[in-house]
Amino acid sequence: MIGRGKNIEQSLSRTRRSFFGRIGGLFSQTDLDERVWEELEELLIQADVGVTTTVDLVQAVRDESGAQGLRTPSHVVEAVQQRLLAVLGNASSPGRSQEGLWVILVVGVNGSGKTTGIAKLAKYHQRHGRRVLLAAGDTFRAAAADQLKVWARMLGTDVVAHQPGSDPGAVVYDAIKASQARDADTLIVDTAGRLHTQYNLMQELRKIHRVIKKQMADAPQETLLVLDATTGQNALSQARYFKDAVDVNGVFLAKLDGTAKGGIVFAIASELGIPIRYVGTGEDVDDVAEFDPERFVAGLFAE
Amino acid sequence: MFETLTDKLQGAFDKLARKGRLNEKDVDEGLREVRIALLEADVNFKVVKEFIAKVRERAVGAEVMRSLTPAQQMRKIVYEELIALLGKPAKIDLSGQPPHVVMLIGLQGSGKTTTAAKLGLHLRKQGQRPLLVAADIRRPAAVQQLEILGKELDLAVHSEGTSVAPPQICANALRRAKESAYGVVIVDTQGRLHVDEQLMVELEQMKGQAAPSEILLVADAMTGQDAVSVAQEFHQHVGLTGLILTKMDGDARGGAALSMRSVTGVPIKFLGVGEKPGDLEGFYPDRLASRILGMGDPLTLVEKAQEVFDPEQALKMEEKLRTASFTLEDFMEQLRQVKKMGPLSQIMDMIPGLSGLAGQIPEGETDRQLVKIEAMISSMTPAERHDPGVIGGSRKRRIADGSGTTVQEVNQLLGQFRQVQKMMRQVSRGRTPDLLSMFR
Repeated sequence: MIGRGKNIEQSLSRTRRSFFGRIGGLFSQTDLDERVWEELEELLIQADVGVTTTVDLVQAVRDESGAQGLRTPSHVVEAVQQRLLAVLGNASSPGRSQEGLWVILVVGVNGSGKTTGIAKLAKYHQRHGRRVLLAAGDTFRAAAADQLKVWARMLGTDVVAHQPGSDPGAVVYDAIKASQARDADTLIVDTAGRLHTQYNLMQELRKIHRVIKKQMADAPQETLLVLDATTGQNALSQARYFKDAVDVNGVFLAKLDGTAKGGIVFAIASELGIPIRYVGTGEDVDDVAEFDPERFVAGLFAE
Repeated sequence: MFETLTDKLQGAFDKLARKGRLNEKDVDEGLREVRIALLEADVNFKVVKEFIAKVRERAVGAEVMRSLTPAQQMRKIVYEELIALLGKPAKIDLSGQPPHVVMLIGLQGSGKTTTAAKLGLHLRKQGQRPLLVAADIRRPAAVQQLEILGKELDLAVHSEGTSVAPPQICANALRRAKESAYGVVIVDTQGRLHVDEQLMVELEQMKGQAAPSEILLVADAMTGQDAVSVAQEFHQHVGLTGLILTKMDGDARGGAALSMRSVTGVPIKFLGVGEKPGDLEGFYPDRLASRILGMGDPLTLVEKAQEVFDPEQALKMEEKLRTASFTLEDFMEQLRQVKKMGPLSQIMDMIPGLSGLAGQIPEGETDRQLVKIEAMISSMTPAERHDPGVIGGSRKRRIADGSGTTVQEVNQLLGQFRQVQKMMRQVSRGRTPDLLSMFR
């Protein structure tokens, strides 16, 4: 395995460059004419913000542009940024205050980046001085537990795993017992990727959630939906179904190191109140950061 | 409420004259709705722009056919153009001297490894002798994953662990295929970003070693606006020969297919439609066009129904319909079969005209209803099931108690059943029943 670490700055600069290349015209203009509004719409739609959200947002800024004295394109961009930040601000995150075991359940569709995301989260918590244990709750996909074990070896942490095809509920049960016995303070639970529309698999996920709750009433304290940043409008549907099933309270936005912008998170925050918690930006375990709304929004527009 | 494109177009055209030519204003009105539908389906902004311009050119001044309304005429043009843009389905190229090398490439998590196994199985069913090649040495346990899948499906896998460079693995695999008479070599490559220059160069080297006849981009059906840059970059570096769209069994509209088609011009070869090894399907432009436009996917529904409905039983049911001897027992049997197809809300989404309606019903509500109905019918005696007419007040109370429901709910069920019977009689007389009334 070759770790090719990229830091957040680098990947964001790539985001900025490609954006700027596409919408340079927006900032070179001095007048607030029809083209500015159109280009703004185009920018947001191409960032996967979604046509409805975009049109509403641009219209709202346009309606207030007279009263607010917005006279130049950069005034307008600033106003849009403020609105986007407000949307992200509406969704609040659970703070980690209490003592004892902190359980993180990680869910998502196939290939969204759960297992890699878990390795990154484990590293993140280790950096904060926590003792991390992993649970190989994906008993379905071939070699999923092996993949987690490779990461665990690199991180110097343990994995609780059962045979392939076994009941993920039992894995989780054992993992909580093991966490308590080994005095771990952070348990990260991997689950099999599943499309949110697969009824039976979503029922299975509910069961995993119940098994955790039964052992620890206040767990899982974090239920993270891992979302591929290249996903378009379907991400909203994913978030809705997963929230309904296991009460998702945070998004891990993975693969933000490409050219995709992940603009769908605005709809997820505003319609479902789910905050974005972490951002994954590369293949190295260190390529993870807490979500920074200001930088994320600025990344959409930066010159 | 989410309406289908047809409804929206209808709405936009209602005010206009029923016949004649489509004028510029009519067309623009309709195209606004088309644009939104395509953007909601994740078709790239620029691709939408080009598409709309093309449709506009064709539609302005077009004569409305005698049998159609302006909205239908407009819809027809959009649909035809969309199908043309999606292109014709194409098979894997197995011409020339074997072994034929098929390389699967794409972003991380798009489904390459699973697709490699599916494709191997598919080609074996066609009489080929495939060799899977584990050339993803970077993702932890990717090699094991392919080895396990190969073992499960009894497909040969060429793997050299994780220390040999992928281009070298390709060369070795090709030699092995020639020596051992494998007709097709399917190379599973590492997921990589389209902007990762270093890894794109590696891909070019692999291409050089393996001389593939097919380089297929495996892409997630849920991909958003960025699908164009992904497809474009991969195409520029290695020259794609086709596309495979995965995770089509979800509820994504799949507009990325259109984006990638329009920037690469290469055909869509397969769709991944599930987690099982057999879940690889051919591509049907008309179905995908309907799906992208949000017009429902009746053909998939029919296929889903065919999977669960026993043909012999269907015949019996038909007989019952004709003779109008459809009982509550048959009703329950039908409900059970429908349940096998998945949650009702999903099924409704596939029915044109009903898609969107599902969203109005609280999640899981329809399925809870089905459970109740089953419980109520199970609490009836055979005689009651056969002839609900005998069910009076005290029987209703007994059924309600037995099934944990209320007399009102039993009444509701009996009412619904009478509705269904009425509908059945309509069907047997060759009229289209009002499906919507069933769900109200």
